[in-house]
Amino acid sequence: MGFGFLLLPLLALLVRAPWRGLHRLLSDSAGLTALRLSLECATAATALSVLFGVPLAWVLARVRLPGIGLLRAVVTLPLVLPPVVGGLALLLALGRNGVFGRWLYSATGYSLPFTTAGVIVAETFVAMPFLVLTVEGAIRSADRDLEEAAATLGASRGMVFGRITLPLVSPSLLAGSVLCWARALGEFGATITFAGNFPATTQTMPLAVYNRLEVDPEQAVALSLVLLAVAVAVLVALRDRWLRPGGGL
Amino acid sequence: MSLTRTGVLAGTLIVLLAGCGGSRSSQAGAGSSGTSLHGSVTVLAAASLTEVFGTLAERFRAAHPGVTVKLSFGASSALAQQIQAGAPADVFASAAAKNMQQVISAGGATGSSNFAANVMEIAVPPGNPAGIAGVADLARKGVKVALCQAQVPCGATAQEVFSHAGVTVRPVTEEADVKSTLTKVETGEVDAGVVYVTDVRSAGGKVKGIAIPDAQNARTEYPIAALSKAPNPAAAAAFVAFVLSADGQSVLSADGFEKP
Repeated sequence: MGFGFLLLPLLALLVRAPWRGLHRLLSDSAGLTALRLSLECATAATALSVLFGVPLAWVLARVRLPGIGLLRAVVTLPLVLPPVVGGLALLLALGRNGVFGRWLYSATGYSLPFTTAGVIVAETFVAMPFLVLTVEGAIRSADRDLEEAAATLGASRGMVFGRITLPLVSPSLLAGSVLCWARALGEFGATITFAGNFPATTQTMPLAVYNRLEVDPEQAVALSLVLLAVAVAVLVALRDRWLRPGGGL
Repeated sequence: MSLTRTGVLAGTLIVLLAGCGGSRSSQAGAGSSGTSLHGSVTVLAAASLTEVFGTLAERFRAAHPGVTVKLSFGASSALAQQIQAGAPADVFASAAAKNMQQVISAGGATGSSNFAANVMEIAVPPGNPAGIAGVADLARKGVKVALCQAQVPCGATAQEVFSHAGVTVRPVTEEADVKSTLTKVETGEVDAGVVYVTDVRSAGGKVKGIAIPDAQNARTEYPIAALSKAPNPAAAAAFVAFVLSADGQSVLSADGFEKP
């Protein structure tokens, strides 16, 4: 029954899909613009998450300090926080009148809301924890003997991380990146709250689906199909690489 | 009475829940004698009616103590879509004829009556950081403007204003309804937004209004209808009649709405 509950809505999407007009609906320039923007922003958000998330994951896994539990709680919070609340928090922090945003604005005349950069920030905020927690788990379970052996042989801390730890966790890093990317691609609440909604600058696929639903429901279904196809592709990729018996996540 | 101004999805949920309550109560009420109304009446109303329908609902409840009024606000275009999707509501109050017509064409209502009208105004943050003086300033480069989406009545009416003024405005964001456009101005994230005069009024000191001259301004009329599939048709008809009555009209004009 649980399986049916999860499957039925997706089947309904396929049953009601406007298969005949699909080509027309998807080649519509508004849909293509939203798709391209989504792919670019999700990829950029994933790159930022790797850049900042991997060192964070290492700290969470290896540093033994009082308060590390609190740090982990803060990192996990965006996972369970409603995205619209995350977007509001970002607005209050980084908006033109925000706690930090007002400095940025008075110094440079630049503010993040309503820009593509704002979309990337919102997506990174929501998606990075997926990467951090996946990589942290891998670092934690990585064989420390190998790292210690390398250190005994004179390798520096950075060298141990780059030559031993990173290769050990690379399957998880890839899995975490894909999860992070998929989450960023589907981001809605934080994006519309923090970055607004305008075609070609901030209107990503989920926002376009929501918008088209009022105007052209068939196109909303067509755009949803694309997102469903991407989600299925992600799962297939995960299965081939990591979900076989004995693989990591 | 629940006064909610939520996202469209949350709104749908509230409507669904409210609808269940409504049908139960009206069945219970059918057995009782007399003409007094019972149960709950679910009203879907345009976002720009948020404050005034709150007052109207209180007055209606005072006249009919047996009735609970459940209000859900959103973009008229979104509400029309919810009704077409089968949301069990009793009354629809739209900010434009177009969205009411969609509901009527789909068989959701048999007819409607106009109960109010509204015109547009420019809302700016209290300090007016971009020095907006009129519609032409909205088209200036570097001025951040928030508008409603084109299918939402406030978006369509704002576009009429721009065409009267002969300007092309490129907003930084297109919001889902007039209250989220207003919020973008209230938080100071944009330099200006185009909303209804009644929204500037209800925002109090949080925004400053820049009047649009009559020659450029555009007007929208608000139709109301009891829905064909209303779970509580008697209360639906009574609520519509109350909004159109002299009492209802005086509440509307006190909040700055024009006569239809």
